[in-house]
Amino acid sequence: MKKMTINGIVTQVEDYWSILEACRFYGIDIPSLCYHDGLSPGGICRLCVVEIGKGERAKLVTSCNYPVEDGLVVRTHSERVIRARKMLVELLLARCPSSKTLQDLAAKMGVQRVRFKVKNENCILCGLCVRMCAEQMGARAIGFAGRGINRRVTPPFDIKSEVCRKCGACMYVCPVCQLRCQGPEPPNVVCGACMNVEPVCLQDNEDVMCYLDTCGWCFKVKPVSLKKKSVYGKEKMEGG
Amino acid sequence: MSGRRIKSAPDLEKLRQEVISKRDPKKTRVAICAGTGCLALGAQKVITTFKEELKKQGLEDTVEIRETGCPGFCEKGTIIVIYPEGFYYLQVQPGDVPEIVEETLIEKKLVERLLYTDSVTNEKAIYETEIPFYKTQMRLLIGDNINIDPKKIEDYIALGGYSALAKVLSEMSPEEVIEEVKRANLRGRGGGGFPAGRKWGTTRNAPGEPKYVIVNCDEGDPGAFMDRALMEGNPHSVIEGLIIGAYAIGACEGYIYVREEYPLAVENTSIAIEQARDYGLLGRDIMGSGFDFDVKIFRGAGAFVSGESSALMSSLEGKVGAPKPKYIHTSVKGLWNKPTNLNNVETWANVPLIINKGADWFTSIGTERSTGTKIFSLVGKVNNTGLVEVPMGITLREIIYNIGGGIPGNKKFKAVQTGGPSGGCIPEGFIDTPVDFDELTKLGSMMGSGGMIVMDEETCMVDVARYFTDFLVDESCGKCVPCREGLERMSEILTDICEGEGKEGDIELLEELAVVMMDASMCALGRTAPNPVLTTIQYFRDEYDAHIEEKKCPAHVCKALIEYYIEAEKCTGCLACLKPCPEGAISGEKEEVHTINPEKCSKCGICYDTCKFDAVIIR
Repeated sequence: MKKMTINGIVTQVEDYWSILEACRFYGIDIPSLCYHDGLSPGGICRLCVVEIGKGERAKLVTSCNYPVEDGLVVRTHSERVIRARKMLVELLLARCPSSKTLQDLAAKMGVQRVRFKVKNENCILCGLCVRMCAEQMGARAIGFAGRGINRRVTPPFDIKSEVCRKCGACMYVCPVCQLRCQGPEPPNVVCGACMNVEPVCLQDNEDVMCYLDTCGWCFKVKPVSLKKKSVYGKEKMEGG
Repeated sequence: MSGRRIKSAPDLEKLRQEVISKRDPKKTRVAICAGTGCLALGAQKVITTFKEELKKQGLEDTVEIRETGCPGFCEKGTIIVIYPEGFYYLQVQPGDVPEIVEETLIEKKLVERLLYTDSVTNEKAIYETEIPFYKTQMRLLIGDNINIDPKKIEDYIALGGYSALAKVLSEMSPEEVIEEVKRANLRGRGGGGFPAGRKWGTTRNAPGEPKYVIVNCDEGDPGAFMDRALMEGNPHSVIEGLIIGAYAIGACEGYIYVREEYPLAVENTSIAIEQARDYGLLGRDIMGSGFDFDVKIFRGAGAFVSGESSALMSSLEGKVGAPKPKYIHTSVKGLWNKPTNLNNVETWANVPLIINKGADWFTSIGTERSTGTKIFSLVGKVNNTGLVEVPMGITLREIIYNIGGGIPGNKKFKAVQTGGPSGGCIPEGFIDTPVDFDELTKLGSMMGSGGMIVMDEETCMVDVARYFTDFLVDESCGKCVPCREGLERMSEILTDICEGEGKEGDIELLEELAVVMMDASMCALGRTAPNPVLTTIQYFRDEYDAHIEEKKCPAHVCKALIEYYIEAEKCTGCLACLKPCPEGAISGEKEEVHTINPEKCSKCGICYDTCKFDAVIIR
């Protein structure tokens, strides 16, 4: 067993857990899109980021693949974390507004606008299907091809795969295929139809968890102000 | 092949004496740079012409031609140095060769027009030490390039090569080597600046066998070629450093990861490895010490992101070159999940120097926290482009003005971009900043691998930010969301701004996006990618504002925001601009004022360049 602090609570966790597993064990909800219990962690969607360390050395890490350590101090819903998550959801939503999973996530986290041009892609490249096919189905019928913005999921060489058994596991795990959002079309990218509860949060206390939910809904992201003409270091670039 | 194996340190010394004694120091030697820069300028032709000319004159036996590595002054290639005198000829063309043979080799006279001429004082410089480009430099790593034929190990051995390896294998324990490198405070030259000694120690102490050492020669920054010049010009210095590192770490296998785009580096390094093997400097029982180590070349397919350590190792394993999460360092779990030490070409090349001359000597160079020298590739709007090696702590001004010779065409200096595409733009106000790892980071830029792009007043900083962002959009592996999506959106917003479609709030959105990318990206590519955008916003915000609010590009670069027109008072009606205009947008009669039809104008700028009376104006 290892001893670590999550949101100010001292916890005992299993040696082989990741931070995400530890948090979920303690009932703390951390959003994730590319994580699945039965698959290796990908660290791709970055939504599961948490803040570890103190002061100057504090940094964001993906909780799905960060192993627990003795004495680790984790904040799952600090300002920095929420800022990152909200931006990530906004980016993903701009790419793929038809995913109900994403729309729900946006509603839950209070992302109410998308400031980027909408792309209407069908895939967020989370890689769950690729890992599902390789790790659970043992087929490796699909994989990633291309680099950067040309990255896509496809059978090798874009030809119909002979090893695909059409089991449908890839579709089953897909956070985009699963459910389609029936909400309004662009320019109102954010549907918001499912958002009907407005929880009340304890604000401004990063070491204490909200008693209702750990969604970050009520958190208002302040604009980042970078001090003009001042000399700044990378680590000092937090907002506020 | 020699077939001779070096069995001990004295044996190496004996070989060195043999090599030296076979050479006549008074023999005329023509060193011709055969680095990529000079080859592109026609060095191969110069070399063949030289050989033919010597044959004609019957001088084949008395004059030695040596095809060497890059001495750095690429602006003035092809470079030829004639020894023993040391005459330094620049910009040599094949047509100059007969004259050089006639005048200098036979008559022992100078060919004045090939010497370096100062652009201001018109003074000639005969020797390397007199040329301002070299005066301020401290060329510990690339200084020997002009004396070494990279295809001949004997040249390297004659200059004291492999003596550091001999010293290490015969006198020092692995721990002592690591301690020495730690004391020298050698920091990684690839970008991160992590202390090499500490990394070596971690790999040595990490559980797991075998251990690996890797040379990172996946240099991909636009305009940077330091590693290339070292790998092409003096591969043995890197290999020697690598063997020493392997001994210190306890590795028995090494890789040199060279990108396929560097064919000469691959060729020269392959030859160097063969020759080192022949002499028993690689392979089993190196120099009779019982230490086994061998090295292989791996040719990368040329992805920028493969320069990142975990991506490079994925690529070496035969997988796609994409980074992996590094919560467990590659020095503990790297290549094939074994402890792996990866260092940049330049870092490895520094190791023999530290061993030979000692950590105290090394720390005496540079600043307290950044020791030694650093090679920069000085490019862009600067008179003397090329490779410069300077002690750390030298100011940007010294590099740009003393070594680089200032900005061409009497233009004003605007900014310098350091650290490759993910570095930042440093404005004129900070030109007296000492160049070292920490100072550059404080300014929001970074040392990176040593690219240095100088920009003059005709550069639009928004356009620069867009250029580097676009480069990174292409080069991002696309694995994680903040880097892939963030960069694409960043490029989208910047393109909008450049095309006059920027709107209020764009700058703030860029900043918000940048902070998240720096926080949440998986690897250093995404975490440093916003640097060009952030530094240009920080130092040149007025230019962004001008683009967004006034729809004007102050540097007259962004085509959508400029307009060409002809000033009536200055136009003489010479028709010079009218003819070359590809769109037929200019109308007018002879000796009458011409006009540009803005609807037809494609803003190519030909009229602006053609007009001798400065009548064409950009507004």
